[in-house]
Amino acid sequence: MLEIKSLGKTYVTGETATHAIGNVSFAVDEGEFVCVVGPSGCGKTTLLKCIGGLLAPSEGEVVLRGKIVTSPPEEMALVFQEYSRSLFPWMSVRSNVMLPLRHKSIPRRERDRLVDDALTEVGLAAFVDRYPWQLSGGMQQRVAIARALAYQPSVLLMDEPFASVDAQTRDDLEDLVLKVRKDYGVTILFVTHDIDESVYLADRIVVLTQAPTEVKEVVPVDLGPERDQIATKELPEFAQLRTHVYRLIKRERSGDELHGIADLDVTAVGDAGTVGRSGE
Amino acid sequence: MSPRLYRSLRLGAEIAVPILILLLWQLWTVHADDPKFPRLTTIIGEFQDLWLFSQFESDVLPSLERVLIGFGIAVVVGVGLGIPIGLSRWARLWAMPHVEYWRAMPPPALIPISIVLLGIYDKQKISFIAFFCLFPILLNAIDGVRGIEPTLIDTARSYGVPWRDTVRRIILPAAMPQIFAGMRTSLSLAVIIMVLTEYWSSANGVGYVLSNAKNTLQMGPMWAAILLIGLLGYGLNLLLSLVEGRVLAWHRGYRATASK
Amino acid sequence: MLIPVLSIIVALVVWELVSRGGLISERDLPSMTASFGELWTMVKTSDFWHAFFQTVRGWAIGLGLAILLAVPLGIALGSSEFAARAFRVPIEFLRPIPSAALIPLLFLTLGTTLESEIFLATFGAFWPLLVQTTYGVHDVDPIAIDTARSFGVPRHAQLFKITLPSAVPYVMTGVRIASTVALILAFTAELFMGTGGLGKQLNYYGAFGLNTSVYAIALAIGFLGVGIHYAMVALERRVLRWHPSQRTTEAALR
Repeated sequence: MLEIKSLGKTYVTGETATHAIGNVSFAVDEGEFVCVVGPSGCGKTTLLKCIGGLLAPSEGEVVLRGKIVTSPPEEMALVFQEYSRSLFPWMSVRSNVMLPLRHKSIPRRERDRLVDDALTEVGLAAFVDRYPWQLSGGMQQRVAIARALAYQPSVLLMDEPFASVDAQTRDDLEDLVLKVRKDYGVTILFVTHDIDESVYLADRIVVLTQAPTEVKEVVPVDLGPERDQIATKELPEFAQLRTHVYRLIKRERSGDELHGIADLDVTAVGDAGTVGRSGE
Repeated sequence: MSPRLYRSLRLGAEIAVPILILLLWQLWTVHADDPKFPRLTTIIGEFQDLWLFSQFESDVLPSLERVLIGFGIAVVVGVGLGIPIGLSRWARLWAMPHVEYWRAMPPPALIPISIVLLGIYDKQKISFIAFFCLFPILLNAIDGVRGIEPTLIDTARSYGVPWRDTVRRIILPAAMPQIFAGMRTSLSLAVIIMVLTEYWSSANGVGYVLSNAKNTLQMGPMWAAILLIGLLGYGLNLLLSLVEGRVLAWHRGYRATASK
Repeated sequence: MLIPVLSIIVALVVWELVSRGGLISERDLPSMTASFGELWTMVKTSDFWHAFFQTVRGWAIGLGLAILLAVPLGIALGSSEFAARAFRVPIEFLRPIPSAALIPLLFLTLGTTLESEIFLATFGAFWPLLVQTTYGVHDVDPIAIDTARSFGVPRHAQLFKITLPSAVPYVMTGVRIASTVALILAFTAELFMGTGGLGKQLNYYGAFGLNTSVYAIALAIGFLGVGIHYAMVALERRVLRWHPSQRTTEAALR
């Protein structure tokens, strides 16, 4: 449904050209949850902005349901990392969520219903008339998610949305996103630097290289449709996947094959609980 | 000392200090007995005679009119131009030399010229006020627009919000705090320019009364005029603060939490 | 860089055309070339420079005095909440008094002397500088102070090593604003009271209907204003370059 074909993005400032993105290609099927991870500074945000139509790629193209993306498509909604910078402080929570719907030709009652449903889905029905800055970080990000939901997109792009909240809130928000996916059936493209998060959430993980970015590997995640913060993370498969992705990124970061301690799988919950090299 | 004691002492000082100063003035002027510095009681007497109703309509109202209309024009034009200029780098390159020149030019230098070109009546004064009060607002509007958090604009773009809505619901509110800062400067400037232009050549207005008092060496009315001008400036500023308080209520809360 | 220059050229050309083309009579609006020409002639006379430096002198002394008075007072008010609250009412009342209103008073007391000019300039420049300094001292990062206190740094050292350095950006902004105000008021005193300088010249030419000279002087004062403004901006930048600006100052007054 969503295809990223040989996407490249180069910034030219004066004499120097920075290849933020080299050659990225992958596809996302309808209803899939795809996580994108990579070393710091590998252009994940740039990639997402290109996919979302906010930046024009230098090479390649993004195709959504057969049409090339040249500007933000109506079917896509983007949730930024910095909620405090994407929610409008002079508008109430309800107005914030309603803003994208104003210019769509929807009757008023329908519009209000969408807003209320979205806010109920994220658990903020009681806070509709508050201002965003009156809410905690996690709640603000929920508002941003509600705004995206009310917009009724078929694809949800999320740029490290939980990087700025504390760990416990993050767990709740991760489960919220899974619930949203189940209830609304949206396709989700989720960028993160948190490896555990990516394995927990994804159906597939796209691992990126250092800049100039390319796809290093696409890792399928076979942990089943029902995820649980405790049960899923206890599974040996979880640890193996996590280690695998971790190694891929670590190699990217240091630029060469690592040997020795780094390869020891200290997190593997093997049958004997021993420390040893895990099978890949 | 206990917090309560401290707070009551502080409140006491807040009330006592102004009263003390006024008392000192009264004592000093009685002692100095200089006609140029009349007693507080005399000034207040003159103030009452002059302004409370006898010359209110003939002088205070015209002055107020000029300030408010001139300032109003400056706000509308300043914001109206500031937003497009702030958004367009190209427009900024064209506009900035002129904006920078006129904002640094001392307004009084142009008073004689303005009279030659525009006459000595309301048209000249209002245009003059509007022209020079334009620039602080314009500059702040431009800065306000340029300083808008890019993510806010990206958000609007990604949701396909049409441009007119973006300006109305996002750009304007986001730049408002900065615009109000410019308005505060402009308002003070408006009062000063009003006084200066009326003082220079006018048939009515508080500046005219001031100049007339000087020419006829009437100290009482002169001080009363100074007092009135001070009150006018204070009052207008207060009004603007009240409006700002309403319009930017969200901003205070936002800043309080953002700085945590 | 090209467009700004082009923009200036276009404006000058429009001026020339409007004047020579008769849209506004040449008597009322001397042409651009005539005005600049007159300025050029003036610049070659010593009279002009005499007046010029008189204006600069009034500005400089006025600004200097304002700094000497406002900065210490601002530090005192910013450091002591008690003092700040006690004097809040008088300051709020005196601050909005347009210095322009004091012209007749000065005329009748200090007369048409340099003192009048300096008083006016100082009075006007004092308030924005006081406000900015007070705000800057008040706005010191409480965490920095707490850290110093926990290390037993005495109060006067806190003032000099933490509070004052962090207030510098605000003070510099205040100086920049005060400098503009001081120039306007020095010039106003000259224009309205004839205390000397370019303002007196402007008045003189205006009284005799020598419009071209009026425009020339206006141009000169405009350039002086712009020059002072940019000098202050450069100074501000210089001072702040080695100052680790921890926070962006709100350009509250421009």
